[in-house]
Amino acid sequence: MESRATRAALGVWTVLVVLFLWVPLAIILLYAFNPSNIQSWPIQGFTLRWFRVAWHDQEARDALLLSAKAALAATGIALVLGTMAAAAVSRFKFFGREALSFLFILPLALPGVITGIALSSFFSFWGMTFSLWTIVIGHATFCVVIVYNNVIARLRRTSTSLVEASMDLGADGWQTFRFVTFPVLSTALISGALLAFALSFDEVIVTLFTAGAQNTLPIWILGKIRLGQQLPEVNAVVFFVIVLTVIPVVVSQRLTQESGLLRRR
Amino acid sequence: MSVDAARAGRRPTARRRVSAAFWRRPWLRATALLGPAAGAFLFVYVAALGVLLLSAFWALDPFTGQIVHTWSLDNFRILWEEHTYWRIAGRTIGLAAAVTVTDVLLAFPFAYYMARIAGPRTRTLLFVLVLMPLWSSYLARVYSWRLILSKDGALNWWLGRLGLPDQNIAYTNWAVWIVFSYIWLPFMILPVYAALERIPDSFIEASRDLGAKNWTTFKRVVLPLALPGVIAGSIFTFSLTLGDYIAPSLVGNTQFIGNVIYRNVLGLTNNIPFAAAYAMVPLAVMALYLVFARRAGAFESL
Amino acid sequence: MNDALKRGLGAGVLAILAVTLAFAAAGCGGSSDNESSGDKSSLPTSIGTGEGKLSLVAWEGYTQPEWVKPFEKQTGCMVTSKYAGSSDEMVTLMRNGGDQYDMVSASGDASLRLIEGKNVQPMNPALIPDYPNFIEALKSPPHNTVDGKHYGISLQWGPNTLLYNTEKVTPAPTSWESIYDPKYKGGITIPDNAIQIADAALYLSKTKPDLGIEDPYELTQDQFDAAVNLLKQQRPLLKKHWVLASDEIDLFKNGDAVIGASWPYQTNTLAADKVPVKDLIPSEGATGWADTWMLSSKSKHPNCAYMWTKWVSTPKVQAQQAIYFGETPANTKACPIMDQLSPGSCKQYHADAPASYFDSIKFWKTPSADCGNGDDNCMDYNRWQQAWTEIKG
Repeated sequence: MESRATRAALGVWTVLVVLFLWVPLAIILLYAFNPSNIQSWPIQGFTLRWFRVAWHDQEARDALLLSAKAALAATGIALVLGTMAAAAVSRFKFFGREALSFLFILPLALPGVITGIALSSFFSFWGMTFSLWTIVIGHATFCVVIVYNNVIARLRRTSTSLVEASMDLGADGWQTFRFVTFPVLSTALISGALLAFALSFDEVIVTLFTAGAQNTLPIWILGKIRLGQQLPEVNAVVFFVIVLTVIPVVVSQRLTQESGLLRRR
Repeated sequence: MSVDAARAGRRPTARRRVSAAFWRRPWLRATALLGPAAGAFLFVYVAALGVLLLSAFWALDPFTGQIVHTWSLDNFRILWEEHTYWRIAGRTIGLAAAVTVTDVLLAFPFAYYMARIAGPRTRTLLFVLVLMPLWSSYLARVYSWRLILSKDGALNWWLGRLGLPDQNIAYTNWAVWIVFSYIWLPFMILPVYAALERIPDSFIEASRDLGAKNWTTFKRVVLPLALPGVIAGSIFTFSLTLGDYIAPSLVGNTQFIGNVIYRNVLGLTNNIPFAAAYAMVPLAVMALYLVFARRAGAFESL
Repeated sequence: MNDALKRGLGAGVLAILAVTLAFAAAGCGGSSDNESSGDKSSLPTSIGTGEGKLSLVAWEGYTQPEWVKPFEKQTGCMVTSKYAGSSDEMVTLMRNGGDQYDMVSASGDASLRLIEGKNVQPMNPALIPDYPNFIEALKSPPHNTVDGKHYGISLQWGPNTLLYNTEKVTPAPTSWESIYDPKYKGGITIPDNAIQIADAALYLSKTKPDLGIEDPYELTQDQFDAAVNLLKQQRPLLKKHWVLASDEIDLFKNGDAVIGASWPYQTNTLAADKVPVKDLIPSEGATGWADTWMLSSKSKHPNCAYMWTKWVSTPKVQAQQAIYFGETPANTKACPIMDQLSPGSCKQYHADAPASYFDSIKFWKTPSADCGNGDDNCMDYNRWQQAWTEIKG
C-alpha cells in the first residue's frame, strides 16, 4: 500500500531507532572489558578480569539468584491470579466490573514510587519484616496486571462458543480448560509471563521500598554504582544476563508468531 | 475426549459433579475466578493506597520519628505555600509530556514498519531488538548515558571528530529528557505495534477501493485505529516519568516529584505523611489521564 | 447473564471495598515498629561464639574486601553491607530496618538521633582490647556517649575537603571562596546533603564576622538565612550536586567538574586512576565527621558485631581503612603501620596531629533549636532540610 519512497524512509527510520536503542547497550557490553576502575571514554584497553571477578563474587551470585527467585514467584502468582481475573472480567457482567477493571490498571499506571511507599508503610503497619516475600508482593502487583492485560486482550478476540461446545461434547471443566481454553491462551500467557518476568527481574524503584537487607540484582548494581569503583564488574554481570536472555526472548517470539491467532485477517 | 458422560446410568465422578455445579451457577464460577485476585488486590494494594491517602493528613513527630495520627492539612499547606514544590511538579509534568511526545514520534514509524511492512523474519528480529533492552539492567543503561553525555564522553568525542563544538548536556534537564525517552521507548513501541498490527488488511483495501490515496487512508483509517495504542503507550511513558527519581539523580541535577518523595521517605526523615501528601500530585494527574484514556478506548489496547 | 449473578458479585465487590476502607481508617493504631530493649539489657562481659552472619549499614568504602575477607575467614561471620550516602539515609535505614541490620557506621549527626530513637544499644568498651589506645577525645565523645553509656565505639574521623583539578584550576586554591566563585561556573560540585548549610555558615563565620556565627550547626534565623542565600547564589554555578561518592569521581574523571567539596575517598580513588587532582583543608577550616560503629538495639548477631568492632579497632585495620578512605584512625597505634603501608600517610592524614587539630574541625552534629548558649531560637534540622529542598530548586 505504501509507496516505495515511504517504505524506504520508514526502513531508514527503523534502523535509526534500533541504533538509538542499542548504542547504550553496546557501550555496556564494551565496557565489561574496561581495564580501568573508573568508567570514562574512550575505553583504555581490554581485559577479561572483570568476568573472573564477577564469577567469584558471592554477593553478585546471591543477588542474581534472589532476583530470579523473586521474579519466578511473582510471575507464577501473576499467571494464576491474572488469568483468573481476566477470565472473570471478560466473561461475566457484574456490578462494579468497570470499576474493577479500572483498578486493575493502577499498578502499571501509577508511578512506582507511589506503589513503593504505599506498600512499605502498609508492611510496616502490619509489622511484617521486609523479606523476599515483601519483594514478591511488590512485584506481583504489576506482574498480575501485565498478565491480566495480555489474557483479557486474547479472550476478547475469542468467542465463548468454544467453551460451550466443549461442554456440550461432554468435557468437564478441567478438560475444557486443558484442551480448549489453555491452547487459545497459551501464547498470550507466554508473552505476558515473559514481560512480567523481565519487569520484575529488573525492577528497582518498588524493590528499594519493599526490600530489607536483601539485595536483588538491581539493588546490588545500585550499591556498586554508589562505590564508583570496580564498575566494570557490573557491566560483566549485565553482559552475562543479556547473553543468557537472548535465547528465551527469541524462542518466545517464534512461539507467539506461529500461533496464527495474531495474523491479520 | 472423555466418554464418561456418555455412559448412561453411571454415577458421574466428583470432578464432573463439581464442574457441573459450577457450570450451572455462573455466579459461583465468577466469584471463584475473581475472588482470589480481587481479594488480594483490594486487601493489599488498594488498602495500602488507601492508608497512604489517609497518612497525607497526618504528621511526623520530629523528635521520635513516629507518625502521629492527628488530622491536619499542614502538609498540604506547606506544599501549597512553598513555590519550590510547584516548580518541581510543573517541571515533572512538563517533562513527562515532552518524553511522551518524543516517544510517540520515535515509536510510530518504527511500529508501522514492524507491523505492516516488515516480513515475518524481520519482524521477529525487530521484536527481539526491542525486547532485549528491557532485559538489560535499567540502571546500567542509564549509567551508560553518563559516559555518552559527559564532557569527555562519547558524544563530544564524535562531535569533535566531525569538527562540531562540544556539548555540555550532562546533568541538565536535556539529559534527563533524552534518557527518559530512551528508556521508555520499548514501552511505547509495543502497544502501538499491537494496535497497528490489528488493523485488518481489508480496511485498507476498502479505503483504497473508495478512492482514498495513501495519505488519506493513513490519516482517516490507520491513525484513528492506532490511537488507542498510542494512548496506551503514553500511559506508560507518562506515569513512569512522573515517579522516577533514579534517572534524574544519576544524569540530571534538578529535583523531580519522585526525588522529593524518595528523599522524604528513604533519604531524609522518613516523613511519610509529607511524602504521601506530595504523592497526591502524580496520583491526581494519572487518575485524570486514565479517565481520559479510557474514554479514548486505550484500555483495550494495553 | 442472570440478575442474581450481577447482584451477587456486585454486592461482594462493594462489601470487600467497604471492609478494606474500614480497615484502613479504623485500624490505624500503630505505625512503624520502633521500640527497643537497649536500656534494660545489661552489657555483655565477654564475646560469645559468632553467629555466622553480620549485616552492616556503612559509608561507601568502609567495608572493603581488603579487611572484610580476613575477618570473615578468621571469625566465620559472613558480612553483608548496605551502603548509605548520608546520615539521614542511615537513620532511616536503622529506623525501618527492624532486626535486619546489626551495626551502623554513624557519623556525629546521626548517632544522637539513633540513640534518642532507641535504635542502638550500649556497648561495652572493655570488650575491645584496643580501646585504651584511642585518642582521648574519641574514647567517650559526646556524640556517642550519653550518661556514661557508650552507644558504640569510635572508628575514624576526617575532614570535608576542597578537591580540585590541578591542571584546570590554577593557581591552587587556598580558600572556600573558590567554590562560590563565578570563575568556575558550570564546573563546581558540592554534596547533596542538607548539612552543607554548615559549610556555608563556616565560610561566612570567617568572611562575615559581624553575623556572629560561632558554631556552624547552631544558627539563628539571620545567620541561617545568610548561609542559605549564599548557597542559593552558588546554585547556578554548580554542575551537579553529588549524591554518591561515585558521582563526584565521575564528574572529575570525565571533565564535568574541576573543583568542589569532597571526601578524601574521592581524592584517593581519582589519584589511583591517574586523574590530576589534589585536595586541601582551606584557610577557613573545615567541617568533618567522626564515625562510630553502633550496635542495633535489635541486632540478631551481637557476638559477630563485637568481633567486627574488635577487628576494625586493631592498628592494622585502622591503618588500612585510613589509607583507603583518606581518614584519620582513632587508634594512636595505627600511625607507624600507616607509614609502613604508604610512606608519609600518617602525617598526610593527620594521624599524628595534636589534639588542637582535632578541635579545629567542626564535626557534624544534628542541628537543634537549642543554641547551646541558653537561647532556644536556633534552626532545627527540619528547617535545614526544608531549606535544602528550596536551595536545590
